[in-house]
Amino acid sequence: MNIVVCVKYVPDAQAERTFNASDNTTDRENVDGLLSELDEYAVEAALKLVEAGEGEVTVVTVGPDQAADAIKKALQMGADKGVHVKDDAIHGSDAIATSLVLAEAIKKIGSPDLVVTGMASTDGTMGVVPTMLAERLGLPAVTYASELTVDGAKATIRRDGDVSTQTIEATLPALISVTDQINEPRYPSFKGIMAAKKKPVEEWSLADLGVEAGQVGLDAAWTKVEAFAARPPRSQGEIVTDEGDGGKKLAEFLASRKFI
Amino acid sequence: MDFDLTDDQAEIRKAVRELAGRFDDQYWLEKDWAHEFPSEFYDEFAKGGWLGITTPEDYGGHGLGITEASIILEEIAASGAGMNGASSMHLSIFGMHPVIVHGSEELKARTLPRIVNGDLHVCFGVTEPGAGLDTTRITTFARRDGDHYVVNGRKVWISKAVESEKVLLLTRTTKLEDVQKKTDGLTLFLTDIDRSAIDVRPIRKMGRNAVTSNELFIDDLHIPVEDRVGEEGKGFKYILDGLNPERMLVAAEALGIGRAALRAAVRYGNDREVFGRPIGKNQGIQFPLADSLARLDAAELVLRKATWLYDNGRPCAREANTAKYLCADAGFDAADRALQTHGGMGYSEEYHVARYFREARLTRIAPISQEMILNYLGEHVLGLPRSY
Ligand SMILES: Cc1cc2nc3c(=O)[nH]c(=O)nc-3n(C[C@H](O)[C@H](O)[C@H](O)COP(=O)(O)OP(=O)(O)OC[C@H]3O[C@@H](n4cnc5c(N)ncnc54)[C@H](O)[C@@H]3O)c2cc1C
Repeated sequence: MNIVVCVKYVPDAQAERTFNASDNTTDRENVDGLLSELDEYAVEAALKLVEAGEGEVTVVTVGPDQAADAIKKALQMGADKGVHVKDDAIHGSDAIATSLVLAEAIKKIGSPDLVVTGMASTDGTMGVVPTMLAERLGLPAVTYASELTVDGAKATIRRDGDVSTQTIEATLPALISVTDQINEPRYPSFKGIMAAKKKPVEEWSLADLGVEAGQVGLDAAWTKVEAFAARPPRSQGEIVTDEGDGGKKLAEFLASRKFI
Repeated sequence: MDFDLTDDQAEIRKAVRELAGRFDDQYWLEKDWAHEFPSEFYDEFAKGGWLGITTPEDYGGHGLGITEASIILEEIAASGAGMNGASSMHLSIFGMHPVIVHGSEELKARTLPRIVNGDLHVCFGVTEPGAGLDTTRITTFARRDGDHYVVNGRKVWISKAVESEKVLLLTRTTKLEDVQKKTDGLTLFLTDIDRSAIDVRPIRKMGRNAVTSNELFIDDLHIPVEDRVGEEGKGFKYILDGLNPERMLVAAEALGIGRAALRAAVRYGNDREVFGRPIGKNQGIQFPLADSLARLDAAELVLRKATWLYDNGRPCAREANTAKYLCADAGFDAADRALQTHGGMGYSEEYHVARYFREARLTRIAPISQEMILNYLGEHVLGLPRSY
C-alpha cells in the first residue's frame, strides 16, 4: 500500500508566535518551527499501516525553505521519501490554494492508495484542507479518525463525536484525516535519524506542478487578515475570601458561569 | 578553528532534547521521592537505540565518539532529569569501555548487544570502604579455583546494583603486599550479581534517589573464568583507559544540571514579584545568574575541547580533568544560585531546584573529587611534587 502523508511546518506553539507586520500573514521565518504535532499522528498512522504490510510512505509539504525540517522529522520517524513544494508565489496562500498545490503534488507523486492528514494544523487550525483536498482528488474523505484499519481495499475508521461514536467505511483510494487520539507518535530513533539522511527528498516549484502563480498566494486568497493585535493580558481573577461560606460562594460562582 | 557541532551531533542533541523533554520535572520529582528507578525513561532511550551510541557496530551499537555520548548525557541532565536520568544509563553508554577494549570476543558477544538494547543493566563496582580514592588499596579478593574464582570482600557506593543484573567488578587477585607495583594484581570481571552470594544494601543518601547506591557484601561469590575481562592482574590499567572519558561524561552531566538550574532561576526571576518588581531586576539576583551563565559557557568549551581531543586520539587528561573540575563547580554554583533565587520556595521540592542542588553537589565528589583533580593538574601538568 502506498500512502502519501501531508505534513505542515508550523511555528512552535511553545514559542512566541506572531504575524508579519507587512502583510498580516503568519510569521514562519523568525520563529522556531517544527512538524505540526497533529501531523505526527498522521505520519505514525501511515507508518503503522505500511509496517504491517508493505508499500511506501511519502510525505509532502508545501512551505518555505525551513519546511524541509518537517519532512526531515517525518523521514526520521520512518517515512520513505519526501516532496517539498516551495515557491515564493505560495506565500500567503489560503486553504483553498494550499489544497490545490497539495492535490497537484499528490497527482505527480502517483496514485496513492491512501492520503493521510492530521485533523488540523496547529497554527491555522482551520481543518478544512483535508476535505478540500479529497474533493480535488476525487477521493472519499473520511475525517477525524480515532482508529483506522485497512482490510484489502476497504478502510474503516472510528470517529468519536460528542454524543455518538461512528464507524465509517470507505473504499480505497481514500483520504483520511486522523485525530490526536489515534496513536502515540514515535520519537525518531538514532537509527532513524541516520537513515533519514539518505532518503530522497524532491523539491518542486509551482511550474513543476503546472500551477499558475496567480492561482495561489495572498492575492488569490479568499480571506485576508485585516488586522491583528496581541491578546490582552489576563485580568486579575476574583479572590473569594472564605468566611466559613467559601464552598457556597465557589458553587455560586461556578453556577453563574454555567460550569455547573 | 571550528566551534560548530556536526550536523549529526546537532541532530542528536535535538532528538535527545525532545525525547528527554517528554519526562518533565514532575516525573523526576516523583521518582526521586519514591526512590524508584525511572524505567519508562530508560526504556524510551533503549528503544531509540541511544544506549549503544559508543558501542561498536559489531555489537549492535553505533560506534560514535565521546563527543556524541557527552551531548546525550548533557541534554538528559539539562532536561531536568539531572543525575537521576543520567545515572540510569550512564554505564550503559560508556561504562563497558574496558570490556570493549580488553574483553574476550565471547564475553562481548554475550553481554554488549543486551546492554545496547537495554535488556541488561550493569553497575560498576570499584569503591570500597577501606580504599576510597586510593583504588589500588582495595581488598576484595578473587581466588582462582579451577575454572572459576571465589570472591570475598566489600564494596560501597555501587550505584544501580539493586537494579542491575551484572557488575563490572574490580578485585585483587594478588594482595597489595605481594606485588611490586601497587597497580598490579588487580583483576576485572563482568559477572552476574548472584544475590545468594552478594548482599546488596541501598545506602540512604542526600539525593539522586531514583537510582540506588549500595553496599555490597560479597561472600564466596563464584565467578566463572569466562567472566574475566582480559588478563589476570591487569584490571587497574583497563579501568585507567576509561577514566578520562568518564570525567568528560560527568562534566557533561554537571553542565546539564547547571543549565536546568539556570533556566529555572531565570523563569522565577522574571515571574516572582517582590517590592513591586520582578526579583530578577535586582542586580543581587541577576548578576550571580549572569555570572553562572558565563562560567557554564566557559566550562562547556573546555569539555568540548576534551571530547574532541579524545575522539581524535590525542592526549586529553589535562582537558578531561579540567572539564570535570570546571563543569562540576559551574553546575553546582548555578544550582546554588537558582536555589537562592527561589528564596524559601527553593527549599521546597515543588520548584525542583533543591533536587538540582543535591544532584549537582554529587558531581564534585564522584566519580572523582575536585581535590584529586587538582592533585592531578598540580603534579602531572604543572610538574609540582606529588602531595600525597
Ligand atoms: C552517589 C554516589 C554514587 C557513587 N557510585 C559509585 C559507583 O557506581 N561505583 C563505584 O565504584 N563508586 C561509586 N561512588 C564512589 C565514589 O567514586 C567515591 O565516593 C569517590 O571516588 C570518593 O571516594 P571516597 O568517598 O572514598 O572519598 P575518600 O577517598 O575517603 O576522600 C574523602 C575526601 O578527602 C579528600 N582527599 C583524599 N585524599 C586526598 C589527597 N591526597 N589530597 C587531597 N584531598 C584528598 C577527597 O577529595 C575527599 O574530599 C559513588 C559515590 C556516590 C556519593
